[in-house]
Amino acid sequence: MIAYSLLIEAVQVLILLFAAPLFAGWVKTVKCRMQGRTYAGVFQPYRDIARLFSKEVILAENASWIFRITPYIVFGVTVIIGGIIPLISTDLPFAATADVIALVMLFAIIRFFTALAGMDIGTAFGGMGSSREMTIASLAEPAMLMAIFTVSLAGKSTSLTHMVQVMAQGELLLRPSLAFALLAFIMVHLTETGRVPVDNPSTHLELTMIHEAMILEYSGRHLALMEWASMMKLFIFSALGIALFCPWGIAPAEDFPGMLVAIVLLAAKLAVLGVILVLIETGLAKMRLFRLTEYLGSAFLLATLGMLSFFILE
Amino acid sequence: MTPFDIAMASLFLMLSPVILVPCCARYRSFAIHLSFSLTAAASLAAVIAGALAVQYGTITSAVVEMGLPDLPFHLRLDPLAGFFLCVIGLLSFFVSLYSIGYVKGFPAGRSVVRFVVFFALFITGMLLVVLADDAFFFLIAWELMAASSYFLVMFEDEKAENRRSAYLYLVIAHVGAIAILLSFGVMAGLANGFASFQGYTFAAMRATAYPVGWATAAFLLSFFGFAAKAGVIPLHVWLPEAHPVAPSNVSALMSGVMLKTSIYGIVRITFDFLKVFPWWWGGIVLVLGLVSAVLGVLYALMQHDLKRLLAYHSVENIGIILIGLGLAMIFTSFQLPALAALALIAALYHTLNHAMFKGLLFMGAGAVLHATHERNMEEMGGLIHRMPWTAVFFLVGCISIAALPPFNGFVSEWLTFQALLLSPALHRPILSLLIPLGAALLALTGALAAACFVKAFGVTFLGHWRGHHPIQKVQEVDATMRGGMLLAAAVCFFLGILPTHVITWMDILAERLVGGKLAASAGAYGWLWLTPIARERASYSGFNVFLGIAVVVVVAWLLLHARKADIRRVPIWDCGFEKLTPRMQYTATSFAMPIRRIFGFLFRIREETDVVPPVRHPAYPERLRYRLRVRDRFWYWLYQPVGEAAFFTARKIGNLQQGRIQVYLIYSFVTIIVLLVFLG
Repeated sequence: MIAYSLLIEAVQVLILLFAAPLFAGWVKTVKCRMQGRTYAGVFQPYRDIARLFSKEVILAENASWIFRITPYIVFGVTVIIGGIIPLISTDLPFAATADVIALVMLFAIIRFFTALAGMDIGTAFGGMGSSREMTIASLAEPAMLMAIFTVSLAGKSTSLTHMVQVMAQGELLLRPSLAFALLAFIMVHLTETGRVPVDNPSTHLELTMIHEAMILEYSGRHLALMEWASMMKLFIFSALGIALFCPWGIAPAEDFPGMLVAIVLLAAKLAVLGVILVLIETGLAKMRLFRLTEYLGSAFLLATLGMLSFFILE
Repeated sequence: MTPFDIAMASLFLMLSPVILVPCCARYRSFAIHLSFSLTAAASLAAVIAGALAVQYGTITSAVVEMGLPDLPFHLRLDPLAGFFLCVIGLLSFFVSLYSIGYVKGFPAGRSVVRFVVFFALFITGMLLVVLADDAFFFLIAWELMAASSYFLVMFEDEKAENRRSAYLYLVIAHVGAIAILLSFGVMAGLANGFASFQGYTFAAMRATAYPVGWATAAFLLSFFGFAAKAGVIPLHVWLPEAHPVAPSNVSALMSGVMLKTSIYGIVRITFDFLKVFPWWWGGIVLVLGLVSAVLGVLYALMQHDLKRLLAYHSVENIGIILIGLGLAMIFTSFQLPALAALALIAALYHTLNHAMFKGLLFMGAGAVLHATHERNMEEMGGLIHRMPWTAVFFLVGCISIAALPPFNGFVSEWLTFQALLLSPALHRPILSLLIPLGAALLALTGALAAACFVKAFGVTFLGHWRGHHPIQKVQEVDATMRGGMLLAAAVCFFLGILPTHVITWMDILAERLVGGKLAASAGAYGWLWLTPIARERASYSGFNVFLGIAVVVVVAWLLLHARKADIRRVPIWDCGFEKLTPRMQYTATSFAMPIRRIFGFLFRIREETDVVPPVRHPAYPERLRYRLRVRDRFWYWLYQPVGEAAFFTARKIGNLQQGRIQVYLIYSFVTIIVLLVFLG
């Protein structure tokens, strides 16, 4: 019983570690195809990570231990988050460690340390990235929590596994509050994972980059960990969206065949989600930094509307 | 020995330096060691007394035959007083230890005696405030605390800025004290009808049932008074002025625990004396808490003076505590004791946490000030290389206050979130809807606080040194200062990973004050899991978070380092520009610029750019000067008009003074005529 749930926990963490680059590669491939460019295949992220791991680390002279420990902390916290959210089964011994609010705050740790690392070297780029990242995050976090609160009011819980169970057992009915919350969540998802229209993961132009500016000074295995962690973050946010809004198929406790189905379903859902992400990204242009206030403001408004409709209609 | 005896012993020990230190003032170093060892011992005794009183729920009272003829001094140690005794004692202990090194660093001309006397009186005043059991003694203790802290703020009185801030502090503290006095007057009158002084004892106030109208008057008066002391917006203007100019160990105590005596006052009067109240009292507290939290952190972000930044964060954290208290009041008025217990525990836990991390941060700021003689963050940078220990402790403080797991600030904010999300239990659609919006504002506060502390730590400790004198002069602080910070940091950590123990310990407070219990459900799954309502509802395990992160970090590090550990150190990549200077780094002002632009409407911002036109080369101006001034709008909305009105009235009344004896004789004559007509 305990052994079984520990096994599931281990399987889940392994899926996270090794499927996250695949998902990132899938999104990149679809995007290239959509924009009529040639692509290197879905396995390119693995090759990138492997290449970075084998390179030596080049460190600025005045880098402190904050700069050196940050990749490990970012990686560690990301893996912990991956162990908490239900990907394939709700039978996770580690899931009770943090509810959704704590989960959002765990993401905040990643951001906090990355921003500090950005300021550690003392270049203008790093500071710029940190400043922008923290500004955007402070607007995105309320919208994110508001969207999550709407779902958790419906599920009468902030525990993720419990919310999944309640949602998955209930019949498939259209709830207006969840529709609003979903829209808000997608907008925040694009913000938090640093994608168009908020940030552009493939740019290195100083005026536009946010996340890349903070990690500009990293190299070698440090950069590999940071890149891997950000791929996992994309994976986790997508999986979190699935768990909150489309949990059907996530296996209940002690259901081994159900779990196998769950893995296949997860892959299918993620593949669809990846295409949706690319459609959004291809259809939009990157926004000016100060237009983001309106963008995230409307995400917050949508989430609030979701909560309003929960209290009025349900 | 009962807890009460220990508390008395602590008071006497705390007062002893007041007498001993002037006797041995000639031996400066000895006097410093002696006095701060005594205050440390006294603080420890206060912690023990308080902890025992909370643990066993003992109530002891005593009467000291001093004071007014019909109203001797009453003292009482109950769990609520014990909890605050614990909070005050714990931080005072760390600060006393820290002060040994800090006060040694004072310039030789400064009087140690003056500092020590007021320091000891200040802590004694705070301890007496929570122990007092009648209104008269309470106000004496309150004034002792206010007056001695006034002298501590004034300690470096050669600067006009300090005198001005201290005066502002004194004025607002006394406006608040008058309101508290009036509130006690209302309650005493209803308790005993002014027949004797007996109505002024807290026992009488506790035993009385108040009519709603008068209870509201008493509540509003006392809340106004305590809010002025706690720095609740809009009564906060003294706080960012007074806290930065006081010596840093005093700022730590003022921010960490003095503000908490107001929280004590609010809890005591609301839950212990008045007991029954309509829900909108809680609504007022909740709304003011939210306003203080959000505006406090936004104002903090605009500061580049490290201590001023921390002072504004005290406004924010008092706001978070008030959110919890307001919710506890709302739940109590709807007869939901279990939920009220959760909200109250969240508020009190945050009180304890804030005392620890804010004390730690002010001690860290003091260490930086001690080493660099600089409060302006724009003149710092790269201190992590020169002050590695202080950097670690300050980082712990930053993580705690930014409410990041697994440290303590997160636990209490998480409990507050849980309480906010329980609003559907109220069955009032409007309240159920508005309260979760409060949760969103709390989230905004948390995220902005994280941004602010990235800025505070990043600009102060990371990057390159921006100062004018060489960084080689900056030295790490001595062992006692590091010791004080280390202990505070350790407490922050343990309060974060072992919350169930703390909640079980302080559960009696909730039981006595709101009649609900939390520990049974919160610790239902063992000490590892914090489950405030039920496991299905929400759970958190700080210990697991810490352990999980630590294990993954260590495993990843070992795996990567087992293979190869070579790191090549090179100069910074300067994009081929070759002339990078520390001035090109992001500064505190530039870091906060996007937020200043987004929330600019809340501030009064004046931005000036002077360009000296190009002479040598047409493309490059000779010099560019940028000036930025961000001020609190409340000062212009509320205080400046009042100040101007006071001056205006004073000038008009001043016209009466003609300086000629004939005019004064006419005044006297008119007065006599008027008196004869009306009284004759």
